[in-house]
Amino acid sequence: MTPRDRALTFARRGTLLTGAMLVALAGVYVRALMFTPIERFQGPAQKIFYVHAPAAWSALLAFAVTGILSILYLWLRDRRLDVAAAASAEVGVAFSMVMLTTGPIWGKPIWGTWWTWDARLTSTLFIFLLFVGYMVLRGALTDPEVRARYSAVIGIMGLVLVPFIHFTVFLFRTLHPDPVLMKPEKPSLPGDMLLTLLVSFGVFTLLYVGFLTQRYALGLLRELRDEEMAHAVS
Amino acid sequence: MADLLRAAAAIALKDLAVEWRTKTALVSSLAFAVLVLAVLFFARDPTAVGAVDVAPGALWVTFTFAAMIGLNRAFLMERDNRALDGILLAPIPRTALFLGKVAANLVFVAAVEVVSVPLFVLFYDVPLWRRLPELTLVIGTATFAFVVVGTLLSSMVVRTRFSELMLPLLLLPFLVPPVVGAVQVTARVLAGRPLSEALGWLRLLLAFDIVFFVLSTILFTATLDE
Repeated sequence: MTPRDRALTFARRGTLLTGAMLVALAGVYVRALMFTPIERFQGPAQKIFYVHAPAAWSALLAFAVTGILSILYLWLRDRRLDVAAAASAEVGVAFSMVMLTTGPIWGKPIWGTWWTWDARLTSTLFIFLLFVGYMVLRGALTDPEVRARYSAVIGIMGLVLVPFIHFTVFLFRTLHPDPVLMKPEKPSLPGDMLLTLLVSFGVFTLLYVGFLTQRYALGLLRELRDEEMAHAVS
Repeated sequence: MADLLRAAAAIALKDLAVEWRTKTALVSSLAFAVLVLAVLFFARDPTAVGAVDVAPGALWVTFTFAAMIGLNRAFLMERDNRALDGILLAPIPRTALFLGKVAANLVFVAAVEVVSVPLFVLFYDVPLWRRLPELTLVIGTATFAFVVVGTLLSSMVVRTRFSELMLPLLLLPFLVPPVVGAVQVTARVLAGRPLSEALGWLRLLLAFDIVFFVLSTILFTATLDE
């Protein structure tokens, strides 16, 4: 099996998994909207929770995976780790955008404000921006070896930065409590809602794996093409 | 260890000598700092917000922005004529290169700060002189934080086409903890509160300094070609 065939197999599996999970996602919507009871205090707005929380989970999972793959890359220097780290970062940026758009839509009716500088919101916003920078940096570097090393450095720095930002905002908040902010306690969900949420978490996690596999395969194919081009020129 | 520090000092002195001969970056960073201080003074409603309320934020925006336009200089000058390869050929540990660059950048940013602070007092009319030791402590710890991270990032972004654009994009997320912390401590110092009130923030700054200094020093060698 040539590397090209292997990449194509990955791409096929990724597409299959992604397709299946997109169908499952539609199922989650149907279940959330029709077969899950409406939350007493928040009303229909709470439905967005079934998309928002799992998307946030997938985004943070993606960035954590990027950070871990970055460490592994600097250690083992296997280019496939870099391709996978970049794929995960890209998917993470996509899920972050889902999280950052669904969040305010829910926040407006429930908190009364689109945005608040809460610890979780702030750290996810900055980690999102950092990974946008990560993608831009990758785009600006042409040498694949250099690109891999530099992105790994940013990936690791990002992993360490997150707790610092979280703690910063936490300190900021405790010193300046915001009276407008209604911070909801974590509700102990009734069974029906919990099931919908858990199913959605599962679907989003597998959707992440599906996207990741596809992007990884594309990254491998791109590397192969670049190598062939380099050979053809020399 | 002594060899490492000697090599680092040699690199820092070389950088500072080059900068001292042209003064391009220093003069432009200084002029930029004065401009930011002056413009931010007017970036408020004077009937609603007193100058002293925006002063800590203005000071730190000035410091970080002025530093940011100067930080790329350290590695930009090594890019021309591939001077970096020459340094890498020298029989010195690669960590010395990073430490030297950090030291030179610290001196550079400190020079900008030493000039900005009197102007800050002048423009914003803040009672600062009695609290100078505390303020120096804050400025020192926070400046160290963003110079260390900025030096590492600038060593990478100079390899890209839009390095002046790329550095702020990558560096600003890392500035959140040090700058927020520095502004909080500065605000308390300027308000005449005891430093013990801001102990949590000082701990955060110190932890950031230590963690990112160690991490950046380790990661720097990974950014260099084998």
